[in-house]
Amino acid sequence: MRFETAPAPHVVAGFTVPRVMFLVLLALIPVAIAHVIVLGPGLALQFAVAATVALGCEAAALALRRRPAGPALRDGSVLVTAALLALCLPPLLPWWLTALGTAVAVLLGKHVYGGLGYNPFNPAMVGYAVLLISFPVAMTRWPLTGVELDWPTLAQLTVHSFYSGAPPPDLSWDTWTGATALDALRTGLRQRLTMQEIRAGAPFGALGAAGFVSINLAALAGGLFLLRRGIVRWQIPAAVLAGIALPAALGHALDPGSHPGAVFHLFSGATMLGAFFIATDPVSAASSDRGRLIYGAGIGILTWIIRRWGSYPDGVAFAVLLMNLAVPLIDRYTIPRIYGQSRD
Amino acid sequence: MAPNRKFALGLVLDGRKQSAMQQPIAAAPAPAQAFVLLDQGDGRRGTPSVRVGERVRLGAAIAQADDESGAALHAPVAGRVRSVGRHESSPDAGPGIVIDNDGSDERDPQCEPCPEADSLPPEEFIERIRRGGIVGLGGALFPTAAKLAHGRAGSITHLVVNGAECEPWICCDDALMRESAGEIVRGAQLMLRACGAAKCTIAIEDDKPEAGAALTAALAAAGDTRLSLAVLPAVYPAGAERQLLTAVTGLEVPQRAWPPEIGLLCQNVGTAAAVARLVRTGEPLIRRIVTVTGSGVARPGNLEARIGTPIADLIDAVGGYAGAPRRLWSGGSMTGRALPDDAWPLTSAMNCIVAATDADLRAPVHAEQPCIRCGDCARVCPAGLLPQELHRAVRSRDDVLLERFGLADCIECGCCDYVCPSAIPLVERFRQERVALRERASEAARASQARLHFEHRERRVSELEASRRREFEDARRRACDDFPNEG
Repeated sequence: MRFETAPAPHVVAGFTVPRVMFLVLLALIPVAIAHVIVLGPGLALQFAVAATVALGCEAAALALRRRPAGPALRDGSVLVTAALLALCLPPLLPWWLTALGTAVAVLLGKHVYGGLGYNPFNPAMVGYAVLLISFPVAMTRWPLTGVELDWPTLAQLTVHSFYSGAPPPDLSWDTWTGATALDALRTGLRQRLTMQEIRAGAPFGALGAAGFVSINLAALAGGLFLLRRGIVRWQIPAAVLAGIALPAALGHALDPGSHPGAVFHLFSGATMLGAFFIATDPVSAASSDRGRLIYGAGIGILTWIIRRWGSYPDGVAFAVLLMNLAVPLIDRYTIPRIYGQSRD
Repeated sequence: MAPNRKFALGLVLDGRKQSAMQQPIAAAPAPAQAFVLLDQGDGRRGTPSVRVGERVRLGAAIAQADDESGAALHAPVAGRVRSVGRHESSPDAGPGIVIDNDGSDERDPQCEPCPEADSLPPEEFIERIRRGGIVGLGGALFPTAAKLAHGRAGSITHLVVNGAECEPWICCDDALMRESAGEIVRGAQLMLRACGAAKCTIAIEDDKPEAGAALTAALAAAGDTRLSLAVLPAVYPAGAERQLLTAVTGLEVPQRAWPPEIGLLCQNVGTAAAVARLVRTGEPLIRRIVTVTGSGVARPGNLEARIGTPIADLIDAVGGYAGAPRRLWSGGSMTGRALPDDAWPLTSAMNCIVAATDADLRAPVHAEQPCIRCGDCARVCPAGLLPQELHRAVRSRDDVLLERFGLADCIECGCCDYVCPSAIPLVERFRQERVALRERASEAARASQARLHFEHRERRVSELEASRRREFEDARRRACDDFPNEG
């Protein structure tokens, strides 16, 4: 009797890339809900545009590269890119900017390098950085947090801004939008205000940026879920958070007048989203456990530096891109010792 | 004992061993025709020492090893040699020796017990083992005599007897340990004396409590303080030689070195029992215990079968096929070699035959996808490699990167394939690349040889031309001297 032949192993665990991506999307649900509650319904619109454009660009790029589109579209990676980008964008952003940013992310962030698995940079952060540099006003216009929120008005403002780029005639930007806490902190420090004066402003809450605390807590919850499921390992998130918290705590201890503390940094801006969902993109991260600690710590420290001294309000995107650049170097010097290899 | 955590990686797998452990070891009937492959599975081929038509008795040597790293083969049945070469029923199995069993089991007179084994000089005892054709029955088939002799030369301190049997499906060692623990202990004592080590550890996994109890009792009965039992966590591949030695002793075998260089020697429990059996009965290695299992056989179990028995006969001995077996392999599900045909004979390398139905196979659910560098492979690699980077090095065919990421250090356990979410056949790629690397190296050697030849020839030719020119000049000068007026 004859049998089929195949190389060993004859069994596999059955983990798949689509499953990984699905769990990441699942873990983003809490932060998405918090985002909508705090910042209005913009996220849903942004994600709809980003997902559509991302899938379209992926399919187009694969067609141009003469690759089968089915497996790549089903693997879910492009949806994760779209979701991360949508979560980072201001919810009031007009749709064409979202579409542009997504196209940049998928085409210039991913496919010019050869598609999934070959991109040296985090695609979502490439799209975000291009938008932030090119359209700084639109990209820093956030719904005011920390004020009495009128959600129906906010929804009306969001929808109008989303399709026209301008507020409805009876509403003005000034009443409803403003800088985020990180932005206010940066400008305030430039104007030599004290920490107390800055923190008296609207966007600040008891812990950190008003509203953003709950968004960060929701991202943390999703991140812990990914840790538990083994999709994300502790090295990168822990290093990112330590990289932000330790210098922030040190700065605060030395000069509390010009440094908010570690807690403020941990629960402001995109800290938790960055630590658990953006920095952990394995394709553009370092390979080894030790390398990932260095990579994560670099992102944390750079985020803190950019927030404190840079020209942009949040530093996560630039910190991730800068550390993406450093990955080949980190990988070169953090190859783990092979079994039986001498220790020197 | 310092447990080395870093390389205690691997996988906790479903053992699938219970079904074959329901019954004690059964004796498989002797085959009507034995087909002993010259290559028993280690890639080495001995030279047949019998002619077609010659009558051989049970246990007579029928093929000799070409060098120290091969072993002699012996007749598993008594009868006439029908053919030497490829077998008409399974030509793709390779050349071998076919013996028609006359059913007499008449023993070769040279197969004598060795009651004086404990007083023989170790060198002579090792020679007995060599003549008995005993090889490593864990699957590597390295000749036991050569290993013991190496060990003796390399001042071994610690002999480790491997009863870990970590791979799914395989349970021939578990059955042997339960039923013949005394024989294993006796074999360990004999090998201890032969290799000159001071102590011996028998290592098993903690999923074999019955075997552990049997060995504990046998060790107590032997009352030999040099021997002890170590129980390791059941993590695949705990039974891989280097990983096992590290788990037991805390020492790491250096890259490109053999265990004797750090005073260690590893032998399988089946090998230990084979040595004891050789001493007790004089019988060379002509049978082994093999697990015949899988959802594709009716009554999975362990068989004591003669080398050269067609696998189809072994399947019959466990009640024949059941269901719809799709794949047949020898070994476990992680490293098992697929067999295209059940007419192939049992070799000494085959510890397990699995007839797998769809229920036993779990192929990747989708085609291979690009590596997303998730690093799951590196987390389970017991050799401490970064398989994702090694795979990249294979793709780029970069010899420097292949060396840096440890192509030579891969033990081909299959853990990385098992967890890869992109369904990349990593081990197969690494295996192929090793072959390609060897070819590139020999190609380079050939090329440099050819260049040397060419340069040699060029030099010879130019020297020849120079000397001819000199001769010509001399002749011309002489001619001119002879006929000065004509110049």
